[in-house]
Amino acid sequence: MDMLTQWVGWLPNLAPGVLVSLQLTGFSLLFGFPLGLLFAVMAEAKFLPLQWISFLFVEVGRGLPALVLLYLLYFSLPDAGITLTSLTTAIIALSWNAGAYASEYFRAGLAAVPLGQKEAAITSGLRGWTGFRIVILPQALRISTPPLAGLAVLMFQGSSLAFVIAVPELMSKAFQIASITFEYISVYTLTAVIYGSITLVFLGFVRVLERRLGRHLERR
Amino acid sequence: MIAQLLLTIAQGVGLTLYVTGASLLFGGAIGLVLVAAVRSRIPVISGIATLYINVVRVVPPITWLFLIYFGLPQYALRLSAIQAAIVGFSLIASAFMAEIYRSGLLSIPDAQREAAHALGLSPVATVGHIITPQAFRVALPAVASYAIGLLKDSALASTIGVREITYYAQQSARQTHEGLLSFIIAGVLYIVISLVVAVISRRVDLRLRRKIGVA
Repeated sequence: MDMLTQWVGWLPNLAPGVLVSLQLTGFSLLFGFPLGLLFAVMAEAKFLPLQWISFLFVEVGRGLPALVLLYLLYFSLPDAGITLTSLTTAIIALSWNAGAYASEYFRAGLAAVPLGQKEAAITSGLRGWTGFRIVILPQALRISTPPLAGLAVLMFQGSSLAFVIAVPELMSKAFQIASITFEYISVYTLTAVIYGSITLVFLGFVRVLERRLGRHLERR
Repeated sequence: MIAQLLLTIAQGVGLTLYVTGASLLFGGAIGLVLVAAVRSRIPVISGIATLYINVVRVVPPITWLFLIYFGLPQYALRLSAIQAAIVGFSLIASAFMAEIYRSGLLSIPDAQREAAHALGLSPVATVGHIITPQAFRVALPAVASYAIGLLKDSALASTIGVREITYYAQQSARQTHEGLLSFIIAGVLYIVISLVVAVISRRVDLRLRRKIGVA
């Protein structure tokens, strides 16, 4: 009971943190997914330097721990004369991370579209970008959506990393409360509950989405 | 400058490997128990195991680490940073490893179990000689990629003061103002270790393929 009254008291302090966490996740996905699609398309480009750039960004974004990526930008951007808020820095780092992972899912999706579709598009007079946009992309996106939704859930958990560069998100708010009240177990349990319940809600959405996208495959 | 930074940051490689390896070992062992519990016929046991796996997975790793490192001393259980990191990552790894084992087991056709039964093998012998060797081979690539994921997650241990790669990189960044270089070196170290793990797992995988004779 004691813990519950504490929790009710802390919620107003944690709520803004939850909003920042969601904001951070939202922006990282908003920038990360298109970036991932761009990397995926670049990886298939005929112009080799584009392939190399895509390879470099994807491998660095996936190969480095997200935490190292975050620190890398946080410690190096100011030296390059770029001063950003810690939230913006975190959004850039997590978008890069999300983009690198997303590009693999987009690539898998694009690769799964049969070659005949491309040929059919060309035969129908839909060349290059138009054919890609109208014929190939919609089919690829349908295939890539479930893993991308899973990635979105992971990105929400990953947003907790922004704590280390003092973004005022849920984890930092919890840390502040804990260092004032010394009620570590109670504070971090509440934090875990908040992260857990939001993740579960997201997972529920993902499941609904998967079912909807797979509807045409179900046997009747 | 680069050489000096590299020497400093490489000091963390040992603890990174230690935390990752120990967590993978403990997590892998607990995962075995978990997967057995999930598949148990007693609903309470399988229910608890499933709940454990889901609870562990929906909470971010950093929250687990803080809960263990800062929280447990409240119950007079004081762990060093390294111990706390290993406990935390073992907890997380156990849930993920259990899922990996489960999908490995699911890939073994029921006919294998029936065939073993028809040959008069005991349930223990069936699991030991028929199911596990095949499931292990199926699960190995997933285990290797999880190991690489855990290696990268272990960077989080720096937040509770474990002196691993990221910790030293951060120290160097603050002291020398070579932030970019410090973290590039840290990143290169992580990528090199990942590559080594990937190469080893591929070798083992190929050898197992040849030995068991499945394509």
